[in-house]
Amino acid sequence: MHVLDVAENSVAAGAKLVHITLEADAARDLLALTIEDDGKGMDPQVAAQVTDPFYTTRTTRKVGLGLPLLKMAAELTGGEMHLQSQPGKGTKVCARFGLSHIDRAPLGDMASTVGGLIQCSPQIDFVYTVRTPDGEFVADTRQLREILGDVPLSEPAVAQWVREYIDENTRPILQRSNLI
Amino acid sequence: MKSLQELAAIRDRMKQTVNTREAAHDTTRVVVGMATCGIAAGARPVLNAFTEEIARRELSGVLVTQTGCIGLCQYEPIVEVTTPGADKVTYVKMTPEKVSRVVAEHLIGGKPVVEYTIGAATR
Repeated sequence: MHVLDVAENSVAAGAKLVHITLEADAARDLLALTIEDDGKGMDPQVAAQVTDPFYTTRTTRKVGLGLPLLKMAAELTGGEMHLQSQPGKGTKVCARFGLSHIDRAPLGDMASTVGGLIQCSPQIDFVYTVRTPDGEFVADTRQLREILGDVPLSEPAVAQWVREYIDENTRPILQRSNLI
Repeated sequence: MKSLQELAAIRDRMKQTVNTREAAHDTTRVVVGMATCGIAAGARPVLNAFTEEIARRELSGVLVTQTGCIGLCQYEPIVEVTTPGADKVTYVKMTPEKVSRVVAEHLIGGKPVVEYTIGAATR
């Protein structure tokens, strides 16, 4: 849920390329989620306010909970959230969780989340990386696009393949680290 | 384990259908509400089921996509089907089990499954 919320911010910020990185290391009791985009970025005043639940750029209602909830979820596990943003350059959000903390939210279905982002934002490239001491997997839509040529990533048969490709390749890595 | 060679095979299979298809204006869109309310109600398996069923039946000119909150959270998961030249059809309280009928009767047969629509739910 957090990944989708925050990555959708990147989509809304007009990003062309979004990196989503998940790192787990049991030895350091760390689960780190990084989402980095090359969207329009934020100036320091805005960046300082985004973790305030009552700050939002949206006009339909007065709350914006994407980043505040991610920050809270990370802090609940003894972790933290950092945000770096530069207008015109992009934004990087890094959340660090205590891997074994009882309040750490389950990872959820990352393959569907990332697959859905890829399927539904075909104009944007995503690089999804899963890294643990046991292995690494990288899915890069620029590479997939090269293979696909004119066939869009939003094509259902392709989208289904992408989701299964991510799931099958990340599952053993995540399982070995007891993340799923 | 899935490999990139398989993707190339899918590309070759899709190429023919994609080439014969006009751009956006004759594309049918299956839009799944994927805000917090939709996801909580089970929209993700519904979206996956539509993607799988459409891929399995090798339908061309149908795109599955997502949107935010449609504003009728009590009816989620909501799926809107827009077909060029026809009224938008809104399905409510969707489940993966209902998907195959919608694909068969509506997307292929052109006849909406009335009993799953919002009109039937509010009656």
